[in-house]
Amino acid sequence: MSLTLLIVQTLNGLQLGVLLFLIAAGLTLVFGVMDFINLAHGVQYMLGAYLAVMFYGLTGNFLFALVLALGAALVFGLILEFAVFRHLYDRDHLDQVIATFGIIIFLNQGVKLLWGASPLSLPMPEIFSGSVVLMPGILYPVWRLVIIGSGLAVALILYLLVGHTRVGMLVRAGATNAPMVSALGVNIRRLFMIVFGFGTMLAGFAGIMIAPILSVEPGMGDTILILAFVVIVIGGIGSIRGAFLAALIIGLVDTLGRSFAVDILRLFMAPSPARTVGPAIASMLIYLLMAVVLYLRPAGLFPAKGRA
Amino acid sequence: MAQLALSRGGAPRRSLLAGNALPILVFAAFALLPLFAAFKAEAYVLGLVTRVMIFAIAALSLDLLVGYGALISFGHAAFIGLGAYAVGILGAHGLHDALITLPVALAVSALFAWVTGIVCLRTKGAYFIMITLAFSQMAFFIATSLAPYGGDDGLTIRVRSTLAGSPILANDRALYYVCLACLIGAYLLCRALIASRFGRVYRGARENAARMGTIGFEVYRFQLVMYVIAGMLAGLAGFLLGNATDFVSPAFMSWQRSGDLLIMVILGGMGTLNGAIVGAAAFLLTEEWLSGLTEHWKVIFGPLLVLVAVFARGGLIGVGTRLRGMLRG
Repeated sequence: MSLTLLIVQTLNGLQLGVLLFLIAAGLTLVFGVMDFINLAHGVQYMLGAYLAVMFYGLTGNFLFALVLALGAALVFGLILEFAVFRHLYDRDHLDQVIATFGIIIFLNQGVKLLWGASPLSLPMPEIFSGSVVLMPGILYPVWRLVIIGSGLAVALILYLLVGHTRVGMLVRAGATNAPMVSALGVNIRRLFMIVFGFGTMLAGFAGIMIAPILSVEPGMGDTILILAFVVIVIGGIGSIRGAFLAALIIGLVDTLGRSFAVDILRLFMAPSPARTVGPAIASMLIYLLMAVVLYLRPAGLFPAKGRA
Repeated sequence: MAQLALSRGGAPRRSLLAGNALPILVFAAFALLPLFAAFKAEAYVLGLVTRVMIFAIAALSLDLLVGYGALISFGHAAFIGLGAYAVGILGAHGLHDALITLPVALAVSALFAWVTGIVCLRTKGAYFIMITLAFSQMAFFIATSLAPYGGDDGLTIRVRSTLAGSPILANDRALYYVCLACLIGAYLLCRALIASRFGRVYRGARENAARMGTIGFEVYRFQLVMYVIAGMLAGLAGFLLGNATDFVSPAFMSWQRSGDLLIMVILGGMGTLNGAIVGAAAFLLTEEWLSGLTEHWKVIFGPLLVLVAVFARGGLIGVGTRLRGMLRG
């Protein structure tokens, strides 16, 4: 368990955390403001990655691909909202679960039909493709730093948007008491649409940014969706601040757990059982964390005011 | 329709039939099917319908939680996995008899439900959904780490459970009828539970937990007992599934499986036991039918679910009720 490895893995954990935040932010807003359980949020992340690969193939330029894919992800999200979701806002959570589950099944198979079942890859921009020396002896890929940086930038923008603009004020008010906001004469439907489109775009953005270091494949949104739900539940549903902190915690716990669980267990037990048990414990760690947090604080760490 | 009208008129014998027409019809169809299947690809039909009945048991037990208690569990597949692993792991050590494996399967499911239920039932709504998911994910990852029992790849169950020493379940038809008997038993048990005083308090908590508490019932205990019962029923389904597929793997406990179970319950119509059975059958048979049509059947299946969610309030049972209402004018 060298210091170098610890630093590198901490950065990796930070990178996962930032990525989770990008996805969880949209999810928690949609859940908090509209009380809508959108299981299809994960496939929008997948779609962002696929769209980026497609547009990169057409234009050969990462920046163009990024912009076009973001636009396309937004349009697709709005189409989904128009065609399916808006009929389900005032319905039971379970109707929302079944509909968005159907969309997952459809899109996972749809991308297989369009782009094939084998994993695709997206080359990263030339300038960011190398590694940088953090400290003597510690090399770290630039692109991961770019992901961390852009995620933190989005978090800052969100903080300013939600905390200091009129739309942000309405969103916060909507998360606390949507019927009241509506009664005050705010077009809550339009607010819903803006929040939804924005959330979709953030998920798409996460997918695009991660595509150069992960393989782009069907079903890639499913695992991340579950992680994002863990994040928003630990953070407190509807709370952006909660989502941010929980995302970083989950990212770090998961990454560090996976890297060091076996080493730590070897302090107490023989190497060979440690090698078997370690990975399982590492995978369970975040769920254990969630169970403990919810046991102690049944509404999450930072419940949005008025919802607890 | 006439029967329903009569039942209001107070003819007790007819009303008994009116309320039970659907389950009697369904169970009779299940019972007679092997006779017809004998002419066709029997093994295939028996295998498919055995699966349907097993998942119907699991869906029934989930409906106890979701439909009657508003406890939306997203981790119900964990119990199926526990039941199946009880058969697999004991079998690997030479213990094949159902007199041992079934009680173990039920006990392990009950224990898991009790321990996790204590934690889960502290939370409500979406938090409950997520914490049940958390526990089933833990069970899933424990199963993947069971290297001596196959780990990720799962475990082949070489010998089907014997019944007091007799290898009767090795016969597919016998297994089929055992599953049918279990399904009918589970159905009757659920009905009795819901109609009982215990069930009425439990259902009352769905409508208004605070009021039930004020009247003097400790809602939490009722919910915990129901959670344990539902877990055991799903464990029974897992026991049967392990025997029917001769195999168990962590995939039995995956969250997608839990999602499938939820879909079955909602698809059929929550809070109606008939709906759970109809939903399980509709889900699995549609899946089977579409996958025979095209390799990309999920492109059709997904939008079907969306249509059901948007247009078929109350699931298939709800649609049936509305159609009957329309026919009556």
